[in-house]
Amino acid sequence: MATMTYREAIREAHREALSSDPRVFLMGEDVGRYGGVFAVSLGMAEEFGEERIRDTPLSEVGFVGAGVGAASAGMRPIVEVMTVNFSLLAMDQIVNGAATLRHMSGGQLSVPLVIRMATGAGKQVAAQHSHSFENWYAHVPGLRVAAPATVHDARFMLKAALADPDPVILFEHVLLYNMSGEVEELAGPVDLRRAAIRRAGDDVSLITYGGSLPKVLEAAEHLASGGIDAEVVDLRALRPLDLETILSSVRKTHRAVVVDEGWHTGSLAGEISARIAEDALYDLDAPVERICSAEAPVPYPHHLEQAALPKVDEIAAAAKRRVGSDG
Amino acid sequence: MSGAVSRERGLELLREMMLIRRFEERCAELYSAGFIRGFLHLYVGEEAIATGAMRALSPEDNVISTYREHGHAIARGVPPGEVMAEMYGKVEGSSGGRGGSMHIFDASRRFYGGHAIVAGGLPVAVGMALADALQNENRVTACFFGDGAVAEGAFHESMNLAALWNLPVLFLCENNFYAMGTHLSRAQAETNLARKAASYRVPADKVDGMDVLAVEAAVRREVQAVRDGGGPRFLECETYRYRAHSMYDPDRYRSKQEIEGWRRRDPIATLKGALRADHILYEEDVSALEASVEDEVEGAVRVAEEGSLEPVEDLLKNVYTPREIRWRR
Repeated sequence: MATMTYREAIREAHREALSSDPRVFLMGEDVGRYGGVFAVSLGMAEEFGEERIRDTPLSEVGFVGAGVGAASAGMRPIVEVMTVNFSLLAMDQIVNGAATLRHMSGGQLSVPLVIRMATGAGKQVAAQHSHSFENWYAHVPGLRVAAPATVHDARFMLKAALADPDPVILFEHVLLYNMSGEVEELAGPVDLRRAAIRRAGDDVSLITYGGSLPKVLEAAEHLASGGIDAEVVDLRALRPLDLETILSSVRKTHRAVVVDEGWHTGSLAGEISARIAEDALYDLDAPVERICSAEAPVPYPHHLEQAALPKVDEIAAAAKRRVGSDG
Repeated sequence: MSGAVSRERGLELLREMMLIRRFEERCAELYSAGFIRGFLHLYVGEEAIATGAMRALSPEDNVISTYREHGHAIARGVPPGEVMAEMYGKVEGSSGGRGGSMHIFDASRRFYGGHAIVAGGLPVAVGMALADALQNENRVTACFFGDGAVAEGAFHESMNLAALWNLPVLFLCENNFYAMGTHLSRAQAETNLARKAASYRVPADKVDGMDVLAVEAAVRREVQAVRDGGGPRFLECETYRYRAHSMYDPDRYRSKQEIEGWRRRDPIATLKGALRADHILYEEDVSALEASVEDEVEGAVRVAEEGSLEPVEDLLKNVYTPREIRWRR
């Protein structure tokens, strides 16, 4: 076991990939000399050279599209888009390009592209730098979407993404970069098809991913002290969803709370709730509840930002309501 | 143009342009008869560009195209039967029927589509050229697009990236003066497209896109410059589409006189005239070419008609790479 931060884990994952495969290169805004806006790639330009740790101009559609082209021509690019908010400028290349090329060419082209982007709120950077659009990408056939929520996953998810012959988007929540955690050395790549049970329990399933996982685990501890044994499901893969793990947890606990930093309307939490309703309704002892962000652009002031986001006490309260022991 | 070409080569160029034109005219008929559906964008009038440009490229070069790409595909060597079968949505089509008219792909000929978001192919071309540069491949990526694409941000980002990284891309702009129904002068403040490319330090030139010999010579020169490591180049080919933007387009935005004016510069008639003036084209050649082109196009239609439809059970095929061929090269 080694202890490191989430940021260091992602950096180690890059170093491993760049060292072992000459086709791998990283490009994005300020990934080189600056060291990455979240310091993920700090020192990597010195170690691997500016050809492979490639600074780009502020041209999201250009360099994401270049990633699509380079991937289809034999390279294994990792494209860092500073945040998901800026990825909207590149959405055409991701959704109309990367996701469709294999299909519309009748299988002649593959796009083994990895796109990493930061997501999420909590740093008071207001309404153009704080949103969670994971579900927009998870909506699209042809893409794989995943979110490492632990330091271990941050260390070993990139390897899985690079081994995948199709485009993979990895979402890194901005509040996780400083988190420390343990990494099993010499572990294999994360299985992008499988969700993970982060805490086993029998009374209620708390289903979440990415930056909400620490909040949910904290809520689960509160619940445990009150005698409620919550199971915490970390989705890891946002597309395709690991329905088997989700549904078997719900069938065991008979209650579900889905926690997602996206807005309620049209959220990934909504999709998961629908799947539970379709396939496990009669296993439920209580309606599914969602804890999502308030339906407003993320505000700047700290108290309003915090009010807008899923909160630990809110998650615990929802779980208690589902279990019927509120109060 | 006199004396510029041998009889053999002249006939070859002529036949190819005639083949593309006849193919496109047949597509229009088959569309009206309901055999081809969806969008259909015809290349009639622009044949000199595909015909001239492809001859200047090697089989190892990459080609990226637009949704008006039947002519590019045929000139690149994609069998017309596969292009037609694609439009019929048949398994025998160049993309297995999944793409249709706008998404012709043939990886075996390094023909990488068939992109129907205007300017969407440009960043992809930059990336393919980046891959070649990183892998030390001496290959040119030729990227076709229209005047409409020049108004898109993706054009400007791609010019800058290609120039900044000195990438081997040849940007081939087919300026037919209309982005759907909007004339260049009503869409772009600077109508000199080469100047925009040049502002990104991409050497830019212009050629008469109605003259196949001029196109071939210009593209040959630009390809060589790119292949020699000089970075990207931009070539504007001025041309005109005789037909409407697509089969849905009522074509109300331009005058008959304007179309007639361009028809007088018709690339096929121009080449015929030049060959006749050099006394290397005879009437029997023309009728023989017409007959052989007709045969080839009808053969293509037969391939499409006799092709098979993919079973519905295969609907989800090729959304992701199938497990059994999940390769790592």
